[in-house]
Amino acid sequence: MISRRAFLFLSFFAGTARAQLPANIAEIRKAQLQAAINKVVGGAQVRQGKVKLDIPPLIDNGNAVPVTVEVESPMTQADHVKAIHLFTERNPQPYVFTAHLGPRSGKARIATRARIGDSGEVIAIAQMADGSFWQDSVRVIVTLSACLEEGLI
Amino acid sequence: MARVVVNVPAEAKKGEVIEIRTLAGHPMETGFRRTQLGELIPRDIIRSLVCTYNGVEIFRAELHPAIAANPLLTFTTVATESGTLEFRWTGDNGFSVTEKASIKVV
Repeated sequence: MISRRAFLFLSFFAGTARAQLPANIAEIRKAQLQAAINKVVGGAQVRQGKVKLDIPPLIDNGNAVPVTVEVESPMTQADHVKAIHLFTERNPQPYVFTAHLGPRSGKARIATRARIGDSGEVIAIAQMADGSFWQDSVRVIVTLSACLEEGLI
Repeated sequence: MARVVVNVPAEAKKGEVIEIRTLAGHPMETGFRRTQLGELIPRDIIRSLVCTYNGVEIFRAELHPAIAANPLLTFTTVATESGTLEFRWTGDNGFSVTEKASIKVV
C-alpha cells in the first residue's frame, strides 16, 4: 500500500516527466520566428502594405487552411516581386513556404493550403526587385490544431 | 509513383495572365508526429516545386512541413508562346515526379 505522502511525491515527478515542451516555449517560438524573418530580410526594414494575406481568421481545422497571398506590383522587369515568404508564429517551425516569382509571373498571387499549429500570427513577407520588403499579418484563432501530438501550450 | 494533377488552360491569348493549379498526392509527414508507441515518425515532405515554360524557369517554391498534405499550389504566368510547361516536384526519400502540360497560345 502506497502512503498518501509517497503518492503525492511520485505524482509530482510523473507530472514533470509528462511535460515534454519547455516552459518558455512561447518565447522560444517567437525568437525562432524572428530569426527566420531576419534570415529573409537581413536587417532591412519591413514595411506594412502592398501585400494582402487572405486567410480565414477563425480556423476550424488547422490541418488544411486555405491561404492566398497577393502582392500589388506591375510585375515588369524593373519592378516585380522576387519572392513571397509565409511564416507562422506558433508552429514547431516558423516556415510555411517560399515562392520565387519573376516578371513572367504576370501577377504576384500564390494560393496554397497550410498547416497552422495554434492561434497566433501568420505573416506574409514580399521581397521586391528593388530590395524592399513589405508585409501583412493576420491573427488567427485555431480550434483544432494541426500537429496536435506536439501538445498545445 | 505519386499521382499529380496540373491544371493549365489548353488555350490562351498572347500576353494573357493564366492561372496554373498544381496538386501532388503526398502525405507531407511533418517529422513532429509520434506513433502510439511514442516513436517519432521521420519527416517525409515535398521540398520544392519548379515550373519551367519551354525550358525557362518561371516559378519555384520551397515547401516546409507546414504545408498541408497533398500540397496544392496555385500561381500565375504570362502566356508568351505555345509550348509545354514542365513541373517537377522533389522531396525527401528521393521523391521526384515530373508532369508536363501543353498550352496553345493564339
